[in-house]
Amino acid sequence: MSSMFVKALQPAPLLLPSRRMVLAGAAGLTLAFFIAPRGLRAQAPAPVIAPNAFLRIGEDDTVTVLSKHLEMGQGPYTGLATLVAEELDASWDQMRAEGAPADDSLYANLAFGAQGTGGSTAMANSWTQMRMVGATARAMLVAAAAAEWGVPEGEIAVAEGVISHGDRRSGFGALADRAATMPMPEAPRLKDPSAFRLIGTDRPKLDTVAKTDGTAQFTMDIHREGMLTVLVARPPAFGATLVSFDDAAALAVPGVEMVRRIGAGVAVYARGTYAALKGRRALDVTWDTAEAERRSTAEIFADFSAAAQSGGQTVEEEGDIDAGFAAATQIIEDEIRFPYLAHAPMEPLDAVIEVKDGKAELWYGCQFPTFDRPTAAKALGLPPEDVRINVILAGGSFGRRAQGSAHIAQEIGEIAKAAGRDGAFKMLMTREDDIHGGYYRPLTVHRLRAGIDDAGNITAWTNSIANQSIMTGTPMEAMMQGGVDPTSFEGSNALPYTFGSRRIGWAQMQSPVPVLWWRSVGHTHTAFAVESFLDRVLEAAGKDPLQGRLDLLKPEATRERAVLETVGRMADWQGPLRDGRAYGVAWAKSFGSYVAQIVEVEERDGRPRATRVWCAVDCGIAINPNIIRAQMEGGIGYALSTALYSKVSLGTGGAVEQSNFHDYPMLRIHEMPAVEVEIIRSSVDPTGVGEPGVPPLGPALANAWRALTGQVTSELPFPMQSNV
Amino acid sequence: MTQFIVNGQDVTLDIDPDIPLLWALRDDLHLTGTKFGCGVAQCGACTVMLNGMPRRSCVTPLSMVEGSEVTTIEGMTGPEIEAVKAAWVAIDVPQCGWCQSGQIMSATALLQQSASAPTDAEIDAAMAGNVCRCATYVRVRAAIHDAARTLEL
Repeated sequence: MSSMFVKALQPAPLLLPSRRMVLAGAAGLTLAFFIAPRGLRAQAPAPVIAPNAFLRIGEDDTVTVLSKHLEMGQGPYTGLATLVAEELDASWDQMRAEGAPADDSLYANLAFGAQGTGGSTAMANSWTQMRMVGATARAMLVAAAAAEWGVPEGEIAVAEGVISHGDRRSGFGALADRAATMPMPEAPRLKDPSAFRLIGTDRPKLDTVAKTDGTAQFTMDIHREGMLTVLVARPPAFGATLVSFDDAAALAVPGVEMVRRIGAGVAVYARGTYAALKGRRALDVTWDTAEAERRSTAEIFADFSAAAQSGGQTVEEEGDIDAGFAAATQIIEDEIRFPYLAHAPMEPLDAVIEVKDGKAELWYGCQFPTFDRPTAAKALGLPPEDVRINVILAGGSFGRRAQGSAHIAQEIGEIAKAAGRDGAFKMLMTREDDIHGGYYRPLTVHRLRAGIDDAGNITAWTNSIANQSIMTGTPMEAMMQGGVDPTSFEGSNALPYTFGSRRIGWAQMQSPVPVLWWRSVGHTHTAFAVESFLDRVLEAAGKDPLQGRLDLLKPEATRERAVLETVGRMADWQGPLRDGRAYGVAWAKSFGSYVAQIVEVEERDGRPRATRVWCAVDCGIAINPNIIRAQMEGGIGYALSTALYSKVSLGTGGAVEQSNFHDYPMLRIHEMPAVEVEIIRSSVDPTGVGEPGVPPLGPALANAWRALTGQVTSELPFPMQSNV
Repeated sequence: MTQFIVNGQDVTLDIDPDIPLLWALRDDLHLTGTKFGCGVAQCGACTVMLNGMPRRSCVTPLSMVEGSEVTTIEGMTGPEIEAVKAAWVAIDVPQCGWCQSGQIMSATALLQQSASAPTDAEIDAAMAGNVCRCATYVRVRAAIHDAARTLEL
């Protein structure tokens, strides 16, 4: 491997075309560019690739993009490879992708200034950077061909992975060695969008084949020589602490090798999962729940409701609220309650570590490497440079693997450290661990109040929100300005609606229950609160749900207007009721993208059944429409599952009442509506699609249900039995 | 000592006969295409063929498969699995991918048992035991129809 090399450059002005990205990227952005020399392929699949690179060209002409973003189903492997391939003029067939390891000096998310995947930023922050990687590699390959053939660079063409001049032709692999010695171009030119041949076209994801034949490698699939499987006995209530444990019976279980106390609880190390399960069951653990969350969900709701009624701190205020209500002839009020939610990715959380001779190597679906690497290193008592994290496919996340607390990295580090010897260890959670495990979407209460005058104008709008802060107590707390966590109420403020006056308040609540981002974060509840309450207000004002929204939009809200008008046309909107079925509309802007949805609902067994959903999305330039549609379809299903079923509740004494899919049910195929997606044509830089499909579905469903039955949905999920 | 056939090969395992087949396949035979999702037969991620019929391996004790034939995603052969896999790729069904082995096993079983192209209702009935948290259901349904066309059902 001695002939391998890495070239790095710091083309800050080159790579940072906008002030926004300069701010976000902070200092130290580095583009590394790596071409594997001949012979590398022969050594594959040994994982000894250059870690500090975005791109690897194999002698077999394959082009492997190292994705700085975790692939958890939302498509960044394919998306980033598309951007590189476009500018490289590669053939799509030669493209590959794999996860980049933890190294925030190379793989920072330019939206965060740290390595991490979240906020639907993967494509937005990579849009210029990854095209630049492709253009840089192309320029160096062309320079190599020019030198090899003794012809001017300007006469060389590259198309579909073939470099040519007259009758001479070469693949990338044959020129990779020489290209690697060429100077890095100072300002490689990016294509004009009119010349795009991959961007904007459908293609299946690069990881699809491996996900259909069982060969895709996830964390739980990893086996290392002598590896022990570890299950942790975890506290029975949030904030409970370990007093003591008796491991005699556990150690008597065949296959159980050791039992150790770690921060998260009591770790049982065994040969195989089944022995670990049996060993954990045999443990006798005593917990102290004095400092734990002992309140039930009903008690927490009562406390949060009182705080919401008090109004909280003002996070947005415009106009004279008192005068607005004084001018009103009708006042509508509601309180809407949202429960804690577990993410429940199909692959429960897990991690694999191998410690050998003072170095540690980890494999898992690591979503925030910037936090995880130093955390694991500290737990291991090793310097971060001796800890390598291989970021591999995650079987879903929906935010769950992106912990500011880095608790999984902490746990796996402690597990290896507590073993007291070198070796390989796999920690995994059972579904029960996952559902009981906290890091939930925050339980939230919205108090809404609106005034309407004789002419149907909304003269006043207030919304007070009470919930826990996700950022408080994490490294992200430093980003909170004025003690305000914007993720707690995002989507309730900065609305593009013309209200006579408005006030948005936020009350920060406390609980030992850990909370976390959950696919679309604050928009999971704000979109529902705003768009379902607004529907009632519009009805009271005598307005059509769709036209009423359009009339209420400020003139500058052109993209909002476009998605609403488009979805109305798609669904042939004729008002909320037609032929015994109801139609509800809602929209939301989240993570830079605009999504409007109309849901067709019928009543079945006293519950809403969504039969069809129309979805219009404006996410800027559509890089791969296939993935955008997939994310809208999936977001709709995820949101429908949430609205119909999802609730984590604490019973008397604070114990979680759900445990597995029988009492924390998921949407199933027979409940999935038909979905039609239309993508708005755009020349604006791309924005996110992983999350924005989620927010509008719940309120659109509730609006249709109210049109059909007259029932207002003031608490999610929908009640299991309705009095229709 | 449990003797059975996995993907056409004779296997003898000298382990606890109470172990769920799922963990014997994954931990002892390193056949990791079969996934753990719930452990209580609620999600279908662990679906394998037991003597040609779909079976939740997470609730199937090893002792139950003595003398039986087990087929996992890695060992599936025949026109139905080929048609299903091709349709899955063409329609780009998977997202995170964790549940997809189970989805594909159930879909293949449905097509193996279908004398004619399955209706939406038949697909729903056959696939309702397979949870997909990414909600790829629209495409699962489309891909099964596509595979049925390939098989000229």
